[in-house]
Amino acid sequence: MMTTLAQSGFPEAMTTLTLYHYLFISAVMFTLGLIGFITRRNLIVMFLCTEMMFQASGIALVAFSRFYLEYTGQVFVIFVLTIAAAEAALALALVVLLFKRNETLDGSVWSLLKG
Amino acid sequence: MMISPATSLASGAADAAAAVGAAPTWVLAIPFLPMLAVVLNTLCAVFGNKTKLPAWITVGCLAGSFVVTMLAYMALSGETNTVTAWHWFDLSWGDGVGQSMVANFGFYIDNLTLLWMMFVTGLATLIAIYASEYMEHDVGKGYTRFFVAFGLFVFSMLCLVMGDNLLMLYLGWEGVGLCSYLLIGYFYKKPEAVAAAKKAFIVNRIGDLGLAIGVMLTFVHFGTLEYEVLFNSAQLQGYISAVQEGRAGDVPLMAQLIAVFLMIGAFGKSAQFPLYVWLPDAMEGPTPVSALIHAATMVTAGLYLIARMLPVFLLSEWALPVVAWVGTITALLAATIGMAQFDIKRIMAYSTVSQLGYMFAGLAFLSSTGGVFHVVTHAFFKALLFLCCGAVMHGFAGQLDLRKLSGLWHMKGWRIVSIGMLIGCLNLAGVPFTAGYFSKDMILAEAFVTPGYGYSFLGWVLLLTAGMTAYYTFRVFFRVFTGPVQYEAGDEHHGSDDHSHEHEAGDAHGHDGHSHEDHHGHFHPHAPGMRINGVLATLSVLAILAAGLYFISPEKHGWIGDMLEESTAHNIYTADHSSAAMFVIDGDAHGAHGHDSHGHAGDHGDHAHGAHGSILGYDPHKVMYYISAVFGLTGILIAAWAHGPKGLVSGFIGGRVEAGKCRMDGVAAKLGPIPRWAENKWYVDEFYAFIFVTPLRVVSHIFHMIDKLLVDGLVNLFGYLPRMLGRGAQPGQSGVLHGYALSMAGGVGVILFIVAWVTL
Repeated sequence: MMTTLAQSGFPEAMTTLTLYHYLFISAVMFTLGLIGFITRRNLIVMFLCTEMMFQASGIALVAFSRFYLEYTGQVFVIFVLTIAAAEAALALALVVLLFKRNETLDGSVWSLLKG
Repeated sequence: MMISPATSLASGAADAAAAVGAAPTWVLAIPFLPMLAVVLNTLCAVFGNKTKLPAWITVGCLAGSFVVTMLAYMALSGETNTVTAWHWFDLSWGDGVGQSMVANFGFYIDNLTLLWMMFVTGLATLIAIYASEYMEHDVGKGYTRFFVAFGLFVFSMLCLVMGDNLLMLYLGWEGVGLCSYLLIGYFYKKPEAVAAAKKAFIVNRIGDLGLAIGVMLTFVHFGTLEYEVLFNSAQLQGYISAVQEGRAGDVPLMAQLIAVFLMIGAFGKSAQFPLYVWLPDAMEGPTPVSALIHAATMVTAGLYLIARMLPVFLLSEWALPVVAWVGTITALLAATIGMAQFDIKRIMAYSTVSQLGYMFAGLAFLSSTGGVFHVVTHAFFKALLFLCCGAVMHGFAGQLDLRKLSGLWHMKGWRIVSIGMLIGCLNLAGVPFTAGYFSKDMILAEAFVTPGYGYSFLGWVLLLTAGMTAYYTFRVFFRVFTGPVQYEAGDEHHGSDDHSHEHEAGDAHGHDGHSHEDHHGHFHPHAPGMRINGVLATLSVLAILAAGLYFISPEKHGWIGDMLEESTAHNIYTADHSSAAMFVIDGDAHGAHGHDSHGHAGDHGDHAHGAHGSILGYDPHKVMYYISAVFGLTGILIAAWAHGPKGLVSGFIGGRVEAGKCRMDGVAAKLGPIPRWAENKWYVDEFYAFIFVTPLRVVSHIFHMIDKLLVDGLVNLFGYLPRMLGRGAQPGQSGVLHGYALSMAGGVGVILFIVAWVTL
């Protein structure tokens, strides 16, 4: 099979995506979500970050599912997605209510449970 | 010695039930009618009744109880019967003897019981009538409470004397103690009354512990608490015949100890030395209570106990001699204190203690007839004396100081009280042909004829006490009831002057709202009304008539002797005196006391009674009538000389012209500090405070500190540690979402790091 120059310039062709790649992506997404959740103050952004962590775990689950040829993980992800959708609606409603209370989206304003 | 025929040993197939009959059920009404009064009065309290209804309920029920008692006397006297209301304790843990305990809520009715029942219910009825007027100032406030406790007292007292087992007796014993506590502390806003109530209760605890131990030992040793079974048991009969045959050593120590412990119980309840200190203080209660509980009935419970358990007391070598000595010491000690008091009610209280000492001595001299006769006569005349004092106290706004009252005899409306007082005083002083004279003489004579442990010495002490009794009794009479009319009001505010009998002297009573304290021309004593006078008159008549009891069946030393012959307190000396001699275990050693040394020692056989001892060579039974009369009359004459009003017996004796001064003041001044010591009750209370109360208080303070520092400290430490831990962790709870997120992420990070460290 002819190899083009461009191709030959690379030491080796990337042939397969392994489980590790997916898990790596998942870990990166989760970490980014976590960092975002911790550093940002905006409630909506924080909520989006939690969604990102959700999806990171979803990716990991699907990856494992494919790896082990076991469908449980994928089924689980379907459920998580469904619930996440419902929960998103709820969470956004809560955010709206919180905003109405304090006229701000800053999450650090809420500290009523301080010990 | 004979126990009664009814309780004699049932032999063969005939069981104990054959010897003891079944009483008709209607006698149950006797204790339960007072209980009905309690229930109805409680309902009055619940519905907030503000009338005199409780008094009439109580009087009605008690009168009913008295009537039933009289019926029971007519139907059942001379027999021994039992009746069971319901089963109370019926336990069994095996088939052997002493492996089951039966104590029914049942009643044992023999003559001893009937005697007590009659004077308890009779006096309670009269005193309830008296109290209905006496307590009038409390109508709507404490009136109902008073009568609830009053009824409960009568119920408890009847349980005590009628119970057919020692547990019932104990129940009644504690019940009367409780009611005594409640009624002494009736004026609960007065600190002295509360202190007196507590003192009575706590001192009684000591005696009650003795009683409890005695009851337990009875069960442990004889395996039963029921009188019927106990007195018929072969074991007890065997001991008694062993003692009679001079083998007292065969009676086990345990059986002898029963009497000793029961005796301690009797000393507590009947206010004997050293436990008498509560009774004088108990006078803080309303006077009807003092009359009924602390003079006539409750304090005779100890006598009842000894009379009832006399067969058991005979087993112990020491119990009855100790009773004799303690009774005599108490009689003398209380009389000396009584001579120096100024509060007339306290004088009567010490006199009660003193007379109870007589009764104990009487029982111990194996003269249960004398002892019990004195209980009965004393119940009437002492109740009378107390009620007269109460009438005075009621009329003079709580004034009881004999230095501040004089000449009541000459005051309008006070004649019945004065006559009642005189009759009571004559009885108490033992003036010839009064009831008190006969009953006291019986005890005194017996002191000289009963061999043992210095009894004739005790006899002389008791004679001296009789003289002192006559003195202090008539000291009260001469000071308060004779002489010039002078009085000062007490400091008791009745709160209002709207007594129903107030209008009798209407014109003089334009001072509504004035306190009684304002006595300079404003205070007017109110003479007792119909009901108080009626009760006093009735009691006076009864106290006089009680002397007649002596002349019913004289061969048995009076009606009481006749009654007791059919009971466990069977008078031993009328049966045969040899049993009395059983206390002379080693005859000669104890036979040589005093004047009592003639011819009983060594020969325990068949003396006719009266041959045992003598006073200066005469038969005590005959000569005592003269000797005690001399002592009594001398006491009265001294009182008349020292306290009598000027002009008494045509100016010959007595020289008192004002309430507060008398010839005795000069005599007392010559005696130095002794009258003051006696007035301060020989500092017995202070002595007890020093040796018991103060050390106990110190110890309890120490325990309080230990409790506070050690126990509380430990418990608090367990609360304190988590709190401090929490305080340390508190800053972590910032309440900010990001903080939690960060710490969670950090935690996960740390865990991951550890996992990685371990696995890689």
